[in-house]
Amino acid sequence: MKELINWLADPIRSFPIFTVLFILMMKYYRVVGTKKFAWGFTIISIPVVLWFATDPNFWLIITWPDNIPISILIVAILFFTWFSLYRCAVNDQRLDDGLCPEEALPENREKVWCWPNLVYTELFAIIAGTIFLIVWAIIFKAPLEEPANPTWAPNPAKAPWYFLGLQEMLVYFDPWMAGVVLPGLVVVGLIAIPYIDTNPKGNGYFTYKERPIAIWGFMFGWLVLWIYLIIVGTFLRGPNWTFYGPFEYWDFHKVVSEYNVNLSEFLWVKWLNTSMPSNLIMREMLGIVLTGLYMFVLPPLIAASNFGKSIIEKTGQIRYYIYITLLLVMMSLPIKMVLRWLFSLKYIIALPEWELNL
Amino acid sequence: MSEVKQHLNRREFFSYLSVAWITFSAACAGLLTLAFRFSYPNVNFEPEMEFLAGTPSDYEEGVDERWKNGFGVWMVKQEGKLVALSNICTHLGCIPTWMPAELKFKCPCHGSGYYMNGINFEGPAPRPLERYKIGMTPEGKIKVDKTKIYRYEKGQWDHPNSFIQV
Ligand code: FES
Repeated sequence: MKELINWLADPIRSFPIFTVLFILMMKYYRVVGTKKFAWGFTIISIPVVLWFATDPNFWLIITWPDNIPISILIVAILFFTWFSLYRCAVNDQRLDDGLCPEEALPENREKVWCWPNLVYTELFAIIAGTIFLIVWAIIFKAPLEEPANPTWAPNPAKAPWYFLGLQEMLVYFDPWMAGVVLPGLVVVGLIAIPYIDTNPKGNGYFTYKERPIAIWGFMFGWLVLWIYLIIVGTFLRGPNWTFYGPFEYWDFHKVVSEYNVNLSEFLWVKWLNTSMPSNLIMREMLGIVLTGLYMFVLPPLIAASNFGKSIIEKTGQIRYYIYITLLLVMMSLPIKMVLRWLFSLKYIIALPEWELNL
Repeated sequence: MSEVKQHLNRREFFSYLSVAWITFSAACAGLLTLAFRFSYPNVNFEPEMEFLAGTPSDYEEGVDERWKNGFGVWMVKQEGKLVALSNICTHLGCIPTWMPAELKFKCPCHGSGYYMNGINFEGPAPRPLERYKIGMTPEGKIKVDKTKIYRYEKGQWDHPNSFIQV
């Protein structure tokens, strides 16, 4: 059983599994978003988690002081995801029945004073937060390590937990892409949401069926591409950034043989059986063409499809193109990950001479 | 003597003002200089950029780690050539570990792997490790100069200064 879970947890398998679970959850949100489901899930998961925790290796990983916030975070995310789906399901049912959403009921629209209603809550939250942090600081001591040494790195060298998703992303990309371009676009994209998404549906109330595209796009990026990668980076990566299953001992000498090949080598050496051309652009032609197709030909193609047409109709050309570009950039991450797993593909465009790799 | 001035006239006021203002600016400038100085370390632990690395006969075939902690250099002797390999991962600049059993360098940050000669083969590293300039002094000592690097993908590993024949 433990062997099986270790085997399944490898990103090659757990990523598709996680994606499928995500799709199921979104599709059957009216089932997931019920109190019955939540209780059932909790009752089933408690013995499972306890059983997991009896394994010494798993226990070691989750009680590692750095990792405790992530365990808390996972529980919180599970709860809030369920909670929003629950509210969506309730509201959508009401909308189906021709009623107004719950939030629009007269008793929920009633206004209260900021003082004392809000300020008291805030005061309480501040005190609770402070106490929590103090207790935390007393229980889990920050380790005092040796002085910084520019010629030595800890193994595994892990970023702070909120960056572990990025660090996991860096396994598949050049530092320029995963360290600068993609995070930059994530930030820009999040800032741009209110300008791209001018649809007033869902303002001030939970709903799923009125906003499927927005919800799918956001939740996929958030849960599958960010949270999942943080979990992998935290719990499943050990020395040398090698994959270790949740019940696996972190053996420093675990060898995973892996040989990554650039797309240009695939093309020239494997498929055409010649040597690589010396002209750089020529050498990377296939990758450049594919990237060009993906970024510049795909958007107009999608625009001609029903999906694209409906978006353009609602938002207009410019908003559509910004949206679709951001979406394509986001999807490049899972695409690249899958290509790496299936074909050991290193870079689609590999121009280390110019510090440019995709 | 009869006229005891009660008030400053305009001219005096301005001279006082300029003295005060100059003092104030000088104090601020001094403070800033101190703050600026403070941001530089008193002792610098940066490895030296140039060092003498013994004689060629000190090295056995394979990877030698004796200069790694002090200077960030692996001495690799292979096929009659001795090279000074940089220990900075070409992906994002972590410090890989030499794994003698597996005969490879492995980076702890994102898992890049390099062969003994520095060529990358696994993980995200886009190019091989860099070589530093290496040469002999007239006294027969090896001298490594880290200010000059030689990159494989640019075809610089054939350069006579990028290795010494042993
Ligand atoms: S820094 Fe070495 S693999 Fe990323």
